[in-house]
Amino acid sequence: MIRACVIVFPGSNCDRDVKVAIEAVTGRPVQMVWHGDSEVPASDVIVLPGGFSYGDYLRCGAMAANSAIMRDVIAKANAGTPVLGICNGFQILTEARLLPGALMRNASLKFICRDVTLRCETDDTPFTRCYRTGQVITLPIAHADGNYFADQETLDRLEGEGRVVFRYCDAAGSVSAAANPNGSQRNIAGICSENRRVLGLMPHPERLHERLLGGTDGRRMFESLLVGFAEAMSA
Amino acid sequence: MKALIRITLKPGVLDPQGKAIEGAIGALGIAGVGEVRQGKYIEVDLGAADEAAARATVERMCKDLLANTVIENYAYDIVR
Repeated sequence: MIRACVIVFPGSNCDRDVKVAIEAVTGRPVQMVWHGDSEVPASDVIVLPGGFSYGDYLRCGAMAANSAIMRDVIAKANAGTPVLGICNGFQILTEARLLPGALMRNASLKFICRDVTLRCETDDTPFTRCYRTGQVITLPIAHADGNYFADQETLDRLEGEGRVVFRYCDAAGSVSAAANPNGSQRNIAGICSENRRVLGLMPHPERLHERLLGGTDGRRMFESLLVGFAEAMSA
Repeated sequence: MKALIRITLKPGVLDPQGKAIEGAIGALGIAGVGEVRQGKYIEVDLGAADEAAARATVERMCKDLLANTVIENYAYDIVR
């Protein structure tokens, strides 16, 4: 039985959405964990949800990255527990240095809330195994600070190690400046850690996990976890 | 003692807010303005015993929290 938990920071606002999405796919209750706790309960996946933790004070995710619970999230991530950071969760993962780079103000300076098309660049992560490498999917973005930045050396390393997981593209899958909503370097929408078990992405899979919401492309991210878990259990 | 801390984007890191400010200055009809870069200014009261201790404290808070050294530089003065 897969055990998932969602960390709740003051200002998180997608925590319950992602809980609903995971429960719909796994059929198992998701545990909510408060940021002031010092220990994450035994989990097969930890989710850092979207929102505006600590009001985005100082920098998006900076305060949350230093909260009590994050010490244990970092320890568990380093020990191999899969960690998924969505939107503000991605910002927290970079601020906590679990992922390289930083998310800066959108090049347009505008808050962008709309569906985008993405190309899944690798199915080799616990979160993308139910997608096909090269598959074009639609997910919504909703952020003011999603402009991914890293120095050239870091970008080259990410590309070389196949750690760019999602890229903004057009409907045909072509990665172009016109398809880049926020100015991200190399159209990067999501990256994973060296051990591939920590994924951060700006788009919101939990917001398109069932037909009633307008699409199901996000659902496969949570199905991926379930498939991986079932395999690990039968191994 | 007090630390006067300035946090700025590293050279080469795009600064869309600075660009927008640059445009707004131009819109005021003020000529002769080159590139504008914006950042943060933070004042911190310190209970440190001496300046060396104050500097060590400020270094730590800058590195661990106040600046994101992936994209930002920091500089500071310690004043009495």
